[in-house]
Amino acid sequence: MSFFPFLDQIFVLLQHWIAGLFPVWLQPFVGTVVAVIGIVAAFPGIFAVTTVLERKGLGRIQNRIGPNRVGPMGLLQPVADGIKSLTKEDIVPLSADAVVHFLAPVLLVVAVFLGFAVLPVGRNMVLANFDAGLLFFFAIGASTELSIFMAGWSSRNKYSLLGAMRAVAQMISYEVPLLLSSVVVVMITGSLSTVKIVEAQGGFTGIFPHWYVFTPWGFAGFVLFVIAALAETNRSPFDLPEGESELVAGYFTEYSGFKFALFFLGEYLGMFSIAGFAITLFLGGWGAPFSFLTFVPSWAWFFLKLLGSIAFFIWLRGTMPRLRQDQLMNFAWKFMLPMTLLNLVVAGSWRFFGDGWLRWVICSAVLLAAYVLLGRTLMRKQHLGPRSYRYAD
Amino acid sequence: MLGEGMLKGLAETAKNFAGSFVSKGRLTTVQYPEQRIAPIENTRDFPFLIFDGDDAMAGLRCVACQICEKECPPKCIYITKSADKKPDYVGKAQFYPTRFDIDISVCMSCQICVEVCPFEAIKMDTEFELSTTDRFGGLLLDREQLAKSNEYYNTIHPTEAAEVDARLAEEKAKTEAKAKAAAEAAAAKAASAAAASTAAAIEAPKTKELGV
Repeated sequence: MSFFPFLDQIFVLLQHWIAGLFPVWLQPFVGTVVAVIGIVAAFPGIFAVTTVLERKGLGRIQNRIGPNRVGPMGLLQPVADGIKSLTKEDIVPLSADAVVHFLAPVLLVVAVFLGFAVLPVGRNMVLANFDAGLLFFFAIGASTELSIFMAGWSSRNKYSLLGAMRAVAQMISYEVPLLLSSVVVVMITGSLSTVKIVEAQGGFTGIFPHWYVFTPWGFAGFVLFVIAALAETNRSPFDLPEGESELVAGYFTEYSGFKFALFFLGEYLGMFSIAGFAITLFLGGWGAPFSFLTFVPSWAWFFLKLLGSIAFFIWLRGTMPRLRQDQLMNFAWKFMLPMTLLNLVVAGSWRFFGDGWLRWVICSAVLLAAYVLLGRTLMRKQHLGPRSYRYAD
Repeated sequence: MLGEGMLKGLAETAKNFAGSFVSKGRLTTVQYPEQRIAPIENTRDFPFLIFDGDDAMAGLRCVACQICEKECPPKCIYITKSADKKPDYVGKAQFYPTRFDIDISVCMSCQICVEVCPFEAIKMDTEFELSTTDRFGGLLLDREQLAKSNEYYNTIHPTEAAEVDARLAEEKAKTEAKAKAAAEAAAAKAASAAAASTAAAIEAPKTKELGV
């Protein structure tokens, strides 16, 4: 076969070749193991690079150089961080529930890795092609909240418990807009399978792709999804559960050494998985952005989009201050939830307007009008000025 | 427009990010110790002793008057005066310190010793990388370690050193003029004595003529 299709399928061919070394009855198992090894190697590797990129990115935003002492341009900083995490003492508070305290970071990392199973990172490169991959992904995402509350509860620490309660309240509040914004994709595609969702976005009109983000309901869904994704992964401006000035480090205050590193890894892997899912639902998955760029391997497009979204998250962290708890909750229930419900109606009516430019105009106008009206209505209710406190008598 | 402030903020941070790669003013970090900025002229860290000429001990300006030792607030200076004397920078015989110790772990860089010294013998250095594994002996500097040349002083504090050199040169010229005047007075006295003896010699032949 020619070079570029070969390069596109190089990991699939490698998997088949390795599986071919084993007896026939063992080949499905070996193929799965090889794919799992690929996932476990790729995403923690991206996590290691992202820690440097984040610190360098934030440093440049703040007119600093960032890490540059360990290795050339600080590229070996993740190695130093890993050694530091492994050599730190593993402290468990005496009054903590030791078993639950131990299991919380393990469950978090396992749950996040399970989410990568339904993520198509390239053509024919998905570990488990479920008919309901989207449902599986969000179910696994919900179980990370369990491990977070396990961590906060078992530490026997007031700050950890408050951080855990904040985290769970935040995640449950933003999970509703997250799910509803992805429902529009399911409505248009007609399937819950992540592979079919990516294939539905695979065509081109001229040189432009049929990504869902380029439709009115897709753009609105994408924006709502990204905002909810930031909250789900505790990224700024939604990192209130880890507010250092109030709660030390939130639900993992009492974790040190390798367990802390597991929580850190779990958070970043969660960010990658949900960013990858946003890419899958709205940005065409592993598809090329222009028709003349389809020779580039599909997995390269997926990871380039992933790095772009990571850079955007770093940019947001360098820009936005942290929200207050009441602002956080009001934004989820009073703005994002109505917008996602309206987006469902718009996506439903999209099919009834027929082809042509009319449905684009009507759907865009409805969403924009709702955005302006709802935003202005909610902003008008803000009492901007000195707060009035009620003190105990 | 709703959300406008966030877009402005994102534009500002993007400008900062890109500007730090292309603009010198945006990235002000100096990568110490690979890169250094020159210390400002009036930087002061720890005292040192100035010597003139090439020989440090012979050219040491310090006359062991012990004013700095008395005036030092944390008492980090220790001086022992010599029993004999040596010529100072104008040739006058002066005492000198047989022992001059400064404990820089006690020194607080206040510059009072510099201000009270009447002989311009002690000045403030700009050297600050003095860390050592020997915490007690390594930070106790004796006079050999403290002595530095006037040329070095001119390099680290050029304006101040030029003013000090001008003042010392003026003092030296004044002293030399005074010595020259004293020498001329002595020479004049000798000349007048010679003239007197010459006059006496002239009078003697006149007496002989009268005798004849």
